[in-house]
Amino acid sequence: MVNSVASLNRLRGRWSLPALVVLVALVGAIVVFTRQGDDPVPVSTRDAVIDVPESPDSDRTVQIDTTLYLPERTPAPAVLLPHGFGGSKDAVASQATELAQRGFVVLAYSARGFGRSTGQIALNSLDHEVRDAQKLLDWLATREEVVTDGGGDPKVGVTGGSYGGALALSLAGVDPRVDTIAPVITYNDLAQALLPNSARADDVRDTTPAAGAFADDGVFKRSWAGIFFSAGLSGADATNPGQEASEPGQDDDDGQAVDSAAAAITAPQQQGDPRPAGPLNGACGRFQADVCAAYTEVATTGKAGPQTLEVLRRASPSSVTDKITQPTLLVQGEQDTLFGLDQADANARQIAANGAKVKVVWYAGGHDGGSPGPELRGQIADWMAFHLEGEGADPGTSFEYTVVGAFRSSGAPSLRNVVAPSYPGLNVSSTTERKDVPLTGREQVVVNPAGGNPAAVSSLPGLGSVVSRSSSLSSRLSIDLPGQAAVFQSEPQTAQTLLTGASTVRLRVSAVPGQPVPAEGAVLFVKLYDADASGVRTLPGSAVAPVRVANLPADGTPVEVTVTLPGAVRPVEADHRLQLVVSTTDMAYSNAAEPAAYRISLASPALSVPVVPGANATSEVPTAALWGIAIVLIVCLITAVVAWFRRRLTADVDPSLESVPLVIEGLTKSYPGGLTAVKDLSFRVEHGQVLGLLGPNGAGKTTTLRMLMGLIRPTEGGIRVFGHRVSPGAPVLSRIGSFVEGSGFLPHLSGAENLRLYWAATGRPLEQAHVEEALEIAGLGNAVHRRVRTYSQGMRQRLAIAQAMLGLPDLLVLDEPTNGLDPPQIHQMREVLRRYAAAGRTVLVSSHLLAEVEQTCTHVVVMHKGSLVAAGLVDEIATGSGEASFRVDQPDEAATVLRGMSGVHDVHVDGEQVHASLNGTPRASALQALVAAGVAVDQAGPRRRLEDAFLELVGE
Amino acid sequence: MSENGVHTDPAAISDLTDAAEAEHSSVAPDGSKVGYRAGRTLPVRVELVRQLRRRRTQLVLGFLVLLPFILVVAFELGQASPNRRAGGFVDLATASGVNFVILTLFVSGSFLLPMIVALFFGDTIASEASWSSLKYLLAAPIPRHRLLRRKALASGLMSVFALALLPAVALVVGVIWYGAGEAVSPTGEAASFGAGVYGVALAVVYISIHLFWVAGLALYLSVSTDAPLGAVGGAVVASIVSQILDQITALEGLRDYLPTHYALAWADLLSSDVDWSQMAKGTFSALAYGAFFTLLAARKFARKDITS
Repeated sequence: MVNSVASLNRLRGRWSLPALVVLVALVGAIVVFTRQGDDPVPVSTRDAVIDVPESPDSDRTVQIDTTLYLPERTPAPAVLLPHGFGGSKDAVASQATELAQRGFVVLAYSARGFGRSTGQIALNSLDHEVRDAQKLLDWLATREEVVTDGGGDPKVGVTGGSYGGALALSLAGVDPRVDTIAPVITYNDLAQALLPNSARADDVRDTTPAAGAFADDGVFKRSWAGIFFSAGLSGADATNPGQEASEPGQDDDDGQAVDSAAAAITAPQQQGDPRPAGPLNGACGRFQADVCAAYTEVATTGKAGPQTLEVLRRASPSSVTDKITQPTLLVQGEQDTLFGLDQADANARQIAANGAKVKVVWYAGGHDGGSPGPELRGQIADWMAFHLEGEGADPGTSFEYTVVGAFRSSGAPSLRNVVAPSYPGLNVSSTTERKDVPLTGREQVVVNPAGGNPAAVSSLPGLGSVVSRSSSLSSRLSIDLPGQAAVFQSEPQTAQTLLTGASTVRLRVSAVPGQPVPAEGAVLFVKLYDADASGVRTLPGSAVAPVRVANLPADGTPVEVTVTLPGAVRPVEADHRLQLVVSTTDMAYSNAAEPAAYRISLASPALSVPVVPGANATSEVPTAALWGIAIVLIVCLITAVVAWFRRRLTADVDPSLESVPLVIEGLTKSYPGGLTAVKDLSFRVEHGQVLGLLGPNGAGKTTTLRMLMGLIRPTEGGIRVFGHRVSPGAPVLSRIGSFVEGSGFLPHLSGAENLRLYWAATGRPLEQAHVEEALEIAGLGNAVHRRVRTYSQGMRQRLAIAQAMLGLPDLLVLDEPTNGLDPPQIHQMREVLRRYAAAGRTVLVSSHLLAEVEQTCTHVVVMHKGSLVAAGLVDEIATGSGEASFRVDQPDEAATVLRGMSGVHDVHVDGEQVHASLNGTPRASALQALVAAGVAVDQAGPRRRLEDAFLELVGE
Repeated sequence: MSENGVHTDPAAISDLTDAAEAEHSSVAPDGSKVGYRAGRTLPVRVELVRQLRRRRTQLVLGFLVLLPFILVVAFELGQASPNRRAGGFVDLATASGVNFVILTLFVSGSFLLPMIVALFFGDTIASEASWSSLKYLLAAPIPRHRLLRRKALASGLMSVFALALLPAVALVVGVIWYGAGEAVSPTGEAASFGAGVYGVALAVVYISIHLFWVAGLALYLSVSTDAPLGAVGGAVVASIVSQILDQITALEGLRDYLPTHYALAWADLLSSDVDWSQMAKGTFSALAYGAFFTLLAARKFARKDITS
């Protein structure tokens, strides 16, 4: 029992046990509380194969492989989730699960020609894939898990990336049952995406930030189209960005980026689904014949005929966007050389023209940069929740874009989201702010090499994010070939310009007279670099604007065209230049094969740069953190107030003892582990005494003095100084001057500075200090101005005694004051103490040296093993019980005389000395008797000196 | 005077006893000598003088003045072959004076600044204990809670001074070498020089608050040990361990509980529309840890037996 209490006390002493328990409990509770929500909600799935007609009037069917993801609670609104090109319903499984966890019924399916679905790919044709999706809506309407708006009309939203996004748009255009859509990184016009022409002779409507020229007769985007087509052949999901784009506030690290990059590379092989035995058209794979023929035509000739254009038109949402009235969230990537920002811009314009609600988000990803990250997917789910269920805050119709900064702390760029109130140019009154940046450059001649080879490099389609993530490699990859490129440059910017969208520039192109002009017109590629002060160029988005100037007069008559550069978001810093490069070739495109030369110049020196001002998206200040801050401050305040009150209550005075310098009563100090340093010690020190505290080393003297100074708490009993109970920091300690167990000085300061600063630290008036007198006592001479570090042991000792005397304390407590002093100094010290006490002060000296106490003190307290063994006048202790010694010339004679006296006993001879216990007989009588007997007494006195008394007292 | 200069003149004893006889001890009701007031003990000014005259303090402050010059020299030397792939923020450093300050704070934020705070707070009590001067201060008497408070206050003032000194010198050096141009934020946003300086000033305030946890821990270790190096080293090691754990992404959300997790949240201040959420969390985290350790230190110190 005692042991356990002791060990508990020990524990409390070492570790604040209650505080520790509270901390552990608190941390545990917080962790458990915050982790609770992390358990994923269970999602159940149902696989079903749904038969749809092969074509509108056909009675043959195509089997669509679907998976229905069911949330915890049904009925719920539905989300139709088509996949990207080359993928299957498995590619969207994780997103489907995520949406189901948000409470939607999600229908994922493999489009015809993909995965386990049968049929042939018709490129989201209105007659095929769109009708399939309509059938799926019919099917959803029959499911009891799905909320309906009416008979056969499910409450449903459609979201999907790339190929799936285009389906969302087309489906919304033809089927009013769709309640809302959120197409991601998709196209408006497939013909413009695969055969873009970014130049037109007339002015481009540029009220929106990223409007493209969308001119006819474009340049074939060879490498992307090839990837696109081969994805349909092999089933490899090559158009899928593969990994997520980074988002603001997201913790990125190299390891993760590398891992996902590796995953993106290996993914296509793993995703090769086992193909069901179905009709394969040889070289056309699972493409429908007209699609295959269209591709073959452009791939071989680089141009699209009317039939091909019709196929692409039927495959493009642009044919139905004029009928979309559903709220639309358009998400487009800033790193996308396949479907650029101009595609989303066209969708936004066309849908907004119907009066529909349109919100536009540009994120730091795309086909080259990664799929939407968790934050953006959450935003899409929020959009669905609001427009299908009316839940959550209205996402509104604002325009958000992500700015990629230059700063890279751990391999990933720093991002921030900027929010503008709306996408400019969608309604009549608004238009995009444009800044004119003057470009300079004389007319230059560019040469198209025969066969279009070698070609400039701007991007590596399909490698996508693997390259773009490994530092800023991709945007610095671009190479312009000498002789093939004309360069126009701006002056260094004076302030930062945040380029937001598609810049436009007006160029003058003419043939070099005498040189042949290709029949299909001049093919040029225009790009806008951000060049820093040292000339390092960055191509935002790695994108180029392909231009075909048809009907270029061979006689050198110039043609003026307006070029829309690729949409991008780029902060162009002060001191950076904008550099416009017009080149004749690009690896990613089908270049003109015939050799040619053109003169290029600026038709207008101004590069029109779109700027969309907005506020940085900021997360709301978390109220939990603010509450936490407030609670911490309140707890600290309460603790301080409680501690203050408790200190006020500790004063304890005994008025009857106010004139007694020191009263110690029942003082005990025991340490954990059973060591008792001081045991039930009681004694008093009266005014004017020089009291010696005597005991061997380890007797508990220093411990007692430490308790007297309030440095150690007594286990039991107490100390009163002038009637006031001593506790740590008790005001009455100001009447005590102390020197206990060695000096304590700041070694880097001189002796005088140490004393001055010590006194300043007490906060008492300087005139009370008597620094000069104290320093004289120390007698250090000039050494007082040296650093204490250089002092000898004795010098420190004297300085410490001087420090104890500062302020002329009423009770001076010195522990072993003469240690380390030489004999003259010891003598002086005794003098100091005696005279100090005589001046009306009290002195308490501890020592293990008997002579010391005997010569200095009036009173003595003898301690041994923590207990008091004797206390009283030094003389009384020394004389003890009255034994006497006599030094005589005839010891035997003297012994006989003494034995003859009544009451005297224990007489024995010790050389020349005779000792006897006089037992009350005065020493003078014994002396008289000896002298009378003719014994010559040389010396007579008390037998025991203090030393003997002490040794007897301590039992040694 | 004797040879070693240590000698008490007999007249000195007379002077002392005369003074003692002449001065009548007057006592206040609380038992103290008249003139003593607990509320006046250990003025911060005195504690600052005690600490600032230490060679160690002077060296630390001197190094903080020197560091920006070392960085400038490094940039000047390195300009011959700029390493463009080293990462954007080093490129940014020379964009303007303010960017140079940001770089200085960034490179010193993970080790140097926590170490300085740990030094000032961890050393304050432990070094007194190692010099044995603590017992005399407490017997003066300076109440223990007051001693701790005053010393923490003095350490805090020195820490804030050090934290402000570094960016101030860096700003002067940066403006001289790189000019007072636009500050470019890590996210690619440009701010005027004035706004940049204001943002850096706020960042210093945030860093000061954020390092409160180091201060609290160092103070706790300082009252727990008589070895100043142990206290300082313990706090620095804790900071490093926390940073190492913060690198382990597998810990996911648990990393939010690491005291150093929000150490770089001040970077948000460099934007025109400041996102306060990370800094609010960081402030809470720092205050919670700091207050916990400080209260623990106060409790321990109030109950401790002073045996040094």
